Amino acid sequence: MAEQTPALHETLPAENMPRRAFHLAVIYILGGLIGLALAIPTLLYLLVPPRSRRQEGWVDAGDISQLTPGAPVEMSFQQSRVDGWRVITEKKTAWVVKEPDNKIVAFGPQCTHLGCAYHWDEGVKQFACPCHASFFAIDGKVLAGPAPRPLDRYVTRVQDNRLQIGPLRNSASNA
Amino acid sequence: MKKRIDQFVEAFDHRTGLHTALRKFLYEEIPQSSGWHQVFGSVALFLILIQFFTGAMLAFNYAPTTGEAYNSLRYILTEVTAGRLMRGLHHWGASMIIVVVVLHMVQVFLWGAYKKPREGTWVVGVILLLLTLAYGLTGYLLPWDNRAYWGTVVATQIGATVPLAGPYVSRILASTGDIGVVTFARFYGLHVLLLPPATLLLIALHVTLVRRHGVQPAPGDEVKPKKSFYPEQVFKDTVAVFIAFAILFTMAIAVRVPLERLADPTDTSYIPRPEWYFLFLFQMLKVFEGPLEVVGTVILPTLAILALIATPFIDRSKLVSIRNRGLAAGVIVLAGLGWAGLTAAAIRSTPPQTAASSIDFSGPTQWMQLKPAELSGIHYYREQNCAACHNVVGGEAKAGPNLLNTARRHDQAWMLLHFKSPQTTSPGTAMAPVNLTGPQLNDLAAAMLALTPDNGNVIDSTPAFVADGAAVYQKNFCSACHAINGVGGKIGPPLNGLSARRTEAWTKEHFVNPQKMSPGTSMGAYKFSNADMDNIVSYLFTLPDK
Repeated sequence: MAEQTPALHETLPAENMPRRAFHLAVIYILGGLIGLALAIPTLLYLLVPPRSRRQEGWVDAGDISQLTPGAPVEMSFQQSRVDGWRVITEKKTAWVVKEPDNKIVAFGPQCTHLGCAYHWDEGVKQFACPCHASFFAIDGKVLAGPAPRPLDRYVTRVQDNRLQIGPLRNSASNA
Repeated sequence: MKKRIDQFVEAFDHRTGLHTALRKFLYEEIPQSSGWHQVFGSVALFLILIQFFTGAMLAFNYAPTTGEAYNSLRYILTEVTAGRLMRGLHHWGASMIIVVVVLHMVQVFLWGAYKKPREGTWVVGVILLLLTLAYGLTGYLLPWDNRAYWGTVVATQIGATVPLAGPYVSRILASTGDIGVVTFARFYGLHVLLLPPATLLLIALHVTLVRRHGVQPAPGDEVKPKKSFYPEQVFKDTVAVFIAFAILFTMAIAVRVPLERLADPTDTSYIPRPEWYFLFLFQMLKVFEGPLEVVGTVILPTLAILALIATPFIDRSKLVSIRNRGLAAGVIVLAGLGWAGLTAAAIRSTPPQTAASSIDFSGPTQWMQLKPAELSGIHYYREQNCAACHNVVGGEAKAGPNLLNTARRHDQAWMLLHFKSPQTTSPGTAMAPVNLTGPQLNDLAAAMLALTPDNGNVIDSTPAFVADGAAVYQKNFCSACHAINGVGGKIGPPLNGLSARRTEAWTKEHFVNPQKMSPGTSMGAYKFSNADMDNIVSYLFTLPDK
């Protein structure tokens, strides 16, 4: 069978050589143009993040007048999140720490290793993750274990002794 | 190097046979007479592949349930990059396939290529045409806007009139009661799960049959030496495919596919219209009424399909040249004229859309959240041609400052003083005093103070009738008694949701003669000009329900 039909780049004896080259060139060029016109929008469609409709606002997380330095408290609050075409309001928590200089820090509630929920271990005065024994200091720094970076922090502000929480920032990106 | 490649290709071919198969396919011998008239099949195949691809891309961002379909499509259109293009390609591609498939059939018919021994190829082709129409019918529902919903209500009711089978058709489509989640799921299932594999299978069969019988030679061409499919005919097919794609791509970018408001089963004023290629059927139904209706809905379409399928068995003459087949040529001309006439009549009889139902929800709709005073202010902004010197969202540099976030810098008192006496607030400015009355300036100030980065597009995207209608609303102090978007008096009923409670005709009549429509009301009569009446009523009917 293969002997009867020539390879794709070979010319049949009866064919006009320049004419054939012209046909092949047009096939490849037009085919390529169509491919590009489809591939570029598809990549944009899949890779460019969608325009976000609303800016993340501040949510009230509660009263912090009772907070004392050295004693982290887990606070919960409702935060909305844009999920595709939906806006989801979900319960979230933060470990809130009053620093000695009265600055307020709110840590994201997940270990930076694999996302387990950690807790404050009163005995050793450290944040302890039960999954793989990562330990964090009260300022979020890694003390032991496999955690690759300090605890993530929420953007926060305080108004009239009430903590307001914004988006969660990855500690690797703004360290 | 070349030797190495050849060795690799040979080894690969030895194991898979792919290269040999490709060569056999491309070096198929075709008659000398083959040429440009035979490109339509390839174009149709190409367009179907485009539909598969763009359909899959849309499915990446689309939730196929009635609760979310509309919102996810709006997300594709307004937020996802190139989403509007993807939907445009899919929408216009569907229409284009119909055109190309019909051209393909007409070509085959005119060249007599359906005759013995090619009857099977023709019949499979007719089934493919029906599948194409089934895609159109099922895909029509998926945006779940008013157009989709009401169009499908009509289509499923036609299905229910089929003698004997009608109730079963309704049962299969779950359309015995209202059209709801189950019908939607079945249309979606048909559209994406059942039809595509059926199409692929039938296309494979169709192409196999074409290859088996070879391309039909022109009369007298049988004895001439054959030529090869590749590259000359492939070149012609590629050029045709490229032209089709260029048209499709241009349409997807340039012609906006509107999205109407969310499907509203209570909206009894909606006049459904099918897609353009079903309009002739729609028009034919008007001819048959009462007990005869089934003639138009079922009997004639069935006869037409049977006639198409039977064509190669009825027309058994060996003549292929259209010059010798006067009857066949007459059939084509009559069919074309009949189709065009019915479609034209349907278009002519289409009532104009009401302004409120022509709003395109595939664009930004932040203006719906604005208060009447702010919308009225946009009316004056346009009337005074403020855009000659000011930008709101981007654009080329202009003489005046950008008006976004005006509220951060100024308050209402400053704005009013600025309008009346620009030199007082901004010494040296080239701006002339704005020549409007006090209440009008209040509205203009309200609009300027409402502009934020999130809604700045309202300056351009607010439909003219909405801004003009809001100006009428403000001029007549309607908000003394009525509330819109939470602002206004409580003496009369709030006007959000009016479109769900009343018709536009009722509302117009109510303006003219309130006592007749709502006996005992304290509302006075309003004599608007025709334009003002249309604008204010259309505006009131675009208000969000809550």
